[in-house]
Amino acid sequence: MGHAAHGSNYINAEKGLMSWFTSLDHKRIGILYFCTVLFFFLCGGIAALLLRLELFTPNAAANVGQVFANGDIYNQALTYHGAIMVFMVIVPGIPSIFGNFFLPLQIGAKDVAYPKLNLASWYLFMTGATMAIATMFLNRVDTGWTFYTPYSIRTGTSVSLIVAAVFIMGMGSVLTGLNFIATIHKLRAPGMTFHRMPLFCWAIYSTSIIQVLATPILAITLLLLIMERAFGVGIFDPKLGGDPVLFQHFFWFYSHPAVYIMILPAMGIISELLTTYSKKTIFGYTAIAYSSLGIAIVSFFVWGHHMYVSGQSELAGVIFSFLTMLVGVPTAIKMFNWLATLYKGSIEFTASMLYAMGFLFLFVIGGVTGIMLATLPIDVHFHDTYFVVAHFHYVMVGGTLMALMGGIYHWFPKMFGKMYSEGLARMSFVFVFVGFNVTFFPQFILGAMGMPRRYFDYIPAYEQLNKISTVGSWLIGLGFVIALVSIIKALTSGAKAPANPWGAKTLEWHTESPPITHNFSHEPHVTEGPYEYK
Amino acid sequence: MMWLLSLINRANAQTFMPTEGSKIATSVDNLYGFLIAASFISCAILIGGMIYFALKYKRKSDNDKTAYITHDTRLEVIWSVIPLIIFLVVFAWGWIIYHDMRKMPENALEIHVTGRQWSWMTEYKNGVKSPDIVVPVGRDVKIVLASEDVIHSLYIPSFRVKQDAVPGRYTALWFRADKMGEFHVFCTEFCGTSHSGMITKLKVVSQEDFDKWLIEESEVSALPIAQRGAKIFQTRACASCHNVEGDAVKIGPSLAQSFGKTHNFEDGSTAQVDENYLRESILNSNAKIVKGFGPRSAMPAFQGQLSEAEVTALIEYIKTLSK
Repeated sequence: MGHAAHGSNYINAEKGLMSWFTSLDHKRIGILYFCTVLFFFLCGGIAALLLRLELFTPNAAANVGQVFANGDIYNQALTYHGAIMVFMVIVPGIPSIFGNFFLPLQIGAKDVAYPKLNLASWYLFMTGATMAIATMFLNRVDTGWTFYTPYSIRTGTSVSLIVAAVFIMGMGSVLTGLNFIATIHKLRAPGMTFHRMPLFCWAIYSTSIIQVLATPILAITLLLLIMERAFGVGIFDPKLGGDPVLFQHFFWFYSHPAVYIMILPAMGIISELLTTYSKKTIFGYTAIAYSSLGIAIVSFFVWGHHMYVSGQSELAGVIFSFLTMLVGVPTAIKMFNWLATLYKGSIEFTASMLYAMGFLFLFVIGGVTGIMLATLPIDVHFHDTYFVVAHFHYVMVGGTLMALMGGIYHWFPKMFGKMYSEGLARMSFVFVFVGFNVTFFPQFILGAMGMPRRYFDYIPAYEQLNKISTVGSWLIGLGFVIALVSIIKALTSGAKAPANPWGAKTLEWHTESPPITHNFSHEPHVTEGPYEYK
Repeated sequence: MMWLLSLINRANAQTFMPTEGSKIATSVDNLYGFLIAASFISCAILIGGMIYFALKYKRKSDNDKTAYITHDTRLEVIWSVIPLIIFLVVFAWGWIIYHDMRKMPENALEIHVTGRQWSWMTEYKNGVKSPDIVVPVGRDVKIVLASEDVIHSLYIPSFRVKQDAVPGRYTALWFRADKMGEFHVFCTEFCGTSHSGMITKLKVVSQEDFDKWLIEESEVSALPIAQRGAKIFQTRACASCHNVEGDAVKIGPSLAQSFGKTHNFEDGSTAQVDENYLRESILNSNAKIVKGFGPRSAMPAFQGQLSEAEVTALIEYIKTLSK
């Protein structure tokens, strides 16, 4: 493995910006996603901070705000916060950055199955993302990220354009999913059986299946919405005999599985982190691997739990509540397996491990509040209140984003060949974790008290908790600034990373940091499972 | 079981749920109390366990040996089956309450509530219209919901009820108020500019006061024309966008001292505020938009919504605002 002497790793193998934009190397494409997704995260994050600032106090005069001139601008900001974070950060985030970079490395392959398609996916993603951002400078959309009809049909904003943008990003997502499925089936190194794959690969595999099966539904729904707006075909518009609730069924038929597109890869990362930093084999490998698949399958049959008060029948509500409870079981299994993994381990509190433990902490709270929301009469009270806002931030931010951060610190030495300052990285965790709880825990209480979501203004009774929440958002912001500083410092002046700084067992640590273009100098032969810490 | 009940009660007192206005609200809160207690126990096990292990098995040296435990079928069955049982209990308990919520009582007082951007309108069988929802205490009330434009959602936190108002179909909810008083009513389905201003009140009064109120309201038609206009101004929630005193701007222009004034419009033209201008603006607010309120008017078009007599009454009322 002495290729470092030749000075050829994937980063310096070719020179110039164009070499990046035309690269077919899965690692370089992973880095492209890394940069673009972080940029969009910054955009969505700024919108979030502004929203929280607006909600710091209730508005004295009707429809005049502190930050936003009026309710319309607030509604636009919440739409872009949601749409950017969902479609451009959390959904593509982990699969496109770490899936691209590490899936082939972890299974001992040279690249993904279809490298050209892989690059095409990035261009589709960028085309869609650019269109979505462009609508901010045209006629800003104010529908919320869910585009519910008939509001989205009537509003005079650029709904068609942003919906087309999401359609195109969805295409990229489908192609990436196909690529990963083919890669896992066809390109595993000799000896790398399915049951020897790292759990991150299993998670990406389950995610890809959902992406390939569910995204087309969203695409069709969005096309119908565009046709409705352009030609008035009358599918969703009640004025033309359409049914606006049908849109919600179609939308959540994709968007609920999409919740698992967001969280399954995060769960995969957590399995990697917990084993590495406790130097212990995973507890219940099979249970974790197959519970991912189980979640992926059941996730297709729970969409109606977003619609308990939409006017769907009592029977439908009962069935969806029951099925939703079932999703809780594989999730609980994973939690207990992770806990058991720590038992009798050798636990090192690196920044990555702190983020992983932060994930467990927040995901438990996201999970139990999820069970509350699955319970019919409780959801009737909580639906569309801040309780729901708090719940899905605990799952999406407390879950996916914590795992993303943990993954960045875990794999950064491998991706860039540089070490970062553990001190700064840990400090970023403290601020993000504390800030997160200060921001979102009060929102559970606000929801219980009855504060509806997507409110530009609120009654005075809600003021104090909103103030606390806003202060928390500043702590989160600071945490991410510190994280950014730690990354920039590491890139500019970090020490050279060894091949395996953490003593991890999976294959990506068996090649140098950063890896050579072809990943491994000799094709790996796998003879044991991924976490054999004996 | 006593300890469980007391735990539920204690959790219940700490849930920050709004005042319980009905029996169903109490049963919802009991279930919620159980869920909170169960959640605390789960968090204590999972988070507490994690912190305990993390401290106990903290790395001492790089050569630490760890236990090689791949799985334990008995444990795995236990922690799959126990959560499943708890989830199913919660599901069934929820179903029972939900069934009560969804089963419309017979002989309920039926009232109609219609949502529109951005106000609620309640209509009673005798034709009385009100921006507030007024109901008698101790009687089953069924609200039949409709929407004139986009989806809204009627939410009364104190009664733990919520139902979307969907254009093109009727939906319904019911409750039985146990105590008198005023309760918040919110719109919880995002509906545009003033979604957060689409708030009204539920007033629970005694049966006598309710009957009296209904009769008084129905006598409005006998009032002088401008007073009738004031009433319509209130019912149609015009005041949520237009001030009637002072120059302060809400969402639309202030109507104080407006009659006879000359307005400048978005398209550069001007006109004097007279009866015909007001009539046009009420029926089609986009016809002329006062400068600074464009490019599109936030006001719904009342064409087809108001009768001739109502429009006239409104204009007469607006005229009284200019003295």
